Amino acid sequence: MQNLRIAAALLCAAPAAFAQEMSGGGIKIGLLTDMNGVYSAISGPGSLKAGEMAAEDFMKANKAFAGKVTVTAVDHQNKADIATNKANEMFERMDIDVIMDTVNSATALAIASVTQQRNKLFINTGAGTSQLTNENCNHNTFHYAYDNYMLANGTGTAVAKQGGKTWYMIYPNYAFGQNLERQMRAAVEKAGGKLAAPSDATPFPNTDFSTFLLKAQSLKPQVFGTMQAGADLVNVVKQYNEFGLKKQNIGLAIGLLFESDVAALGQDAYEGAIATVPWFWNLDSKATDWTRKFEKAFGKKPSFDQAAVYSAVTTYLEAIKRAKTDDPEKVIAALEGHKFSDFFAHDATIRKEDHRVILDVYQVKVKPKKDAKEDGDYYTKINTTPAKDAFTPLSESKCKMAQASR
Amino acid sequence: MSWQLLVIQVFNGLVNGAFYALLSLGLAVIFGMLRIVNFAHGALYMLGAFTAYLLGERFGIGYWPALFIAPIAVAILGVVIERLLLRRLYDIAAAYNLLLTFGLTLLIQDGVRLLYGISGQPYAGPPQLAGATNLGFTFFPTYRLFVIGMSILLCGTTWFLIERTRIGAIVRACTENPTVTRAFGIDVSLWVTAVFGFGAALAGIAGVMAAPIYSVDPLMGADLIVTTFAVVVIGGLGSILGSVVTGFMVGVLVAIGSAIYPPIANTLIFILMALVLLLRPSGLFGLQEAR
Repeated sequence: MQNLRIAAALLCAAPAAFAQEMSGGGIKIGLLTDMNGVYSAISGPGSLKAGEMAAEDFMKANKAFAGKVTVTAVDHQNKADIATNKANEMFERMDIDVIMDTVNSATALAIASVTQQRNKLFINTGAGTSQLTNENCNHNTFHYAYDNYMLANGTGTAVAKQGGKTWYMIYPNYAFGQNLERQMRAAVEKAGGKLAAPSDATPFPNTDFSTFLLKAQSLKPQVFGTMQAGADLVNVVKQYNEFGLKKQNIGLAIGLLFESDVAALGQDAYEGAIATVPWFWNLDSKATDWTRKFEKAFGKKPSFDQAAVYSAVTTYLEAIKRAKTDDPEKVIAALEGHKFSDFFAHDATIRKEDHRVILDVYQVKVKPKKDAKEDGDYYTKINTTPAKDAFTPLSESKCKMAQASR
Repeated sequence: MSWQLLVIQVFNGLVNGAFYALLSLGLAVIFGMLRIVNFAHGALYMLGAFTAYLLGERFGIGYWPALFIAPIAVAILGVVIERLLLRRLYDIAAAYNLLLTFGLTLLIQDGVRLLYGISGQPYAGPPQLAGATNLGFTFFPTYRLFVIGMSILLCGTTWFLIERTRIGAIVRACTENPTVTRAFGIDVSLWVTAVFGFGAALAGIAGVMAAPIYSVDPLMGADLIVTTFAVVVIGGLGSILGSVVTGFMVGVLVAIGSAIYPPIANTLIFILMALVLLLRPSGLFGLQEAR
């Protein structure tokens, strides 16, 4: 690591016309992420690989940048206080220009405020909280890929419109879960559905959900909605099958689903479950082509967060190219209002008003194992929500920047 | 709350209690003999589940054989740990045992994480016990009933073994007074190893039983061990009967608590623990001696 940094410093010291407009002579992208903990499978080392691939591809295509872009990863251990310290350290001592990835809502909120204080740049791809572009929005923070509003609104609306009218929901009792439940409930009610009973908060983390599954059994709703994530979600689905809810025609709607959750139980356990995702690896041929490259480099299929990191790094570097500098103010100006499409983001716009990157999102249904063409072929796309309908409408935004521009 | 829900919750609580009981029983047996609080117990439980998963994945060995093989494998690991490492620390301060077993936990957890990643592994229960059984008032997963029964059987057997048989008499003698026991020609050190292995096997079998219900991931033991230590404190360190009864009791109380007010479920155990520590520091079933 030290050697790499010295090498990077030496490289940057070489005089070049373009380099003089870059702070510290180069562009340093820092991923502040979970390298070892519960979210490391969907972000962490895979995100670093995706970021490095994006930087390499960009440097290959733009000779003026050759050798000038570096990507490093720092571990925040899913703790907000560590994230704050590390973010300060990255901006101050490591000369990082932009922080990305994040993967955890509490750390993302902490990083957003550090970034604002230091007037740098933060492009979040991994954390879900919609506060980043609402109550806690700021001039220096962008939100890529997904957020809670998009997940809840997408799944709630799609399932209710398909006839899932009566619901019973459970959610983990912390910021992410409470926020997701509120949004999902609103979406279901708006689409003509109703709750069979008030949603229940579950302890977090939790291994035993039988109380709630038995309650679902007696309520007999058409849809059982779970806002749990990661290992908690795996436990919910395992027990959903154990208590035979599927056989009793109680469908499963999942707030936030990653491929690794499906792999943890085998896809038959999830068969028929519906969730919303911003991207999945075999969405279309462009996505699959990129996935093959990533798979070759990393040995595993990418999560949507990892793909989002590649896309975000590229979008950021393109903005620098347009702005001809890595000065944060000018890069922010180049990002705002920018419209683009790539293998990850379809019909995307970086909203100037709240810095939400809106893009097409997809409702997917988990297919049975027998229909899978290869390992990891989990989803069937059942609906596309166009970018303009997928995210919080600006008229409902609680972001000060958006309200000021109204 | 209707009486039906109450009864259902009692059954749910018994399932969780079954795991608390098996784990705290293993801890109690080990503590009784070795005077060691085995922090690595959760990791051994996780290894039990992973062994079952690997047996199925690599060799196509199903649940029933795994129920025997996995605990034996974990017991062998326990014996190795005792012979190679723990053995060297008996004569120095107890804190070193804690540090060692805690360090082992981190090693084992991170080793498994390196090999198999942080997200869980799929494990299917035995097909014979799939589906639900009609209890008259509700349908309850058959496998969970089996878990309750199996745990009671294992705990009962262990209690009988220690309190009512010659083997138990020797173990108790080794605990009470190793020097005198040695004078009777009994190889105390051999028995110490055997007891540690047995405790490890209990953790291993609990792991196999948990695999079809809970997420099989490297941290599954870390999540459970904290609760189990609270159970041990409530029941009283080293008390066999205490750990079993408290295990089931805490499971049921938490289940009923979580039905009335879900957010309190995880806290309830620690409220109980605090109360017991205040009113009866040696635990509900503990001997009135300060160790």
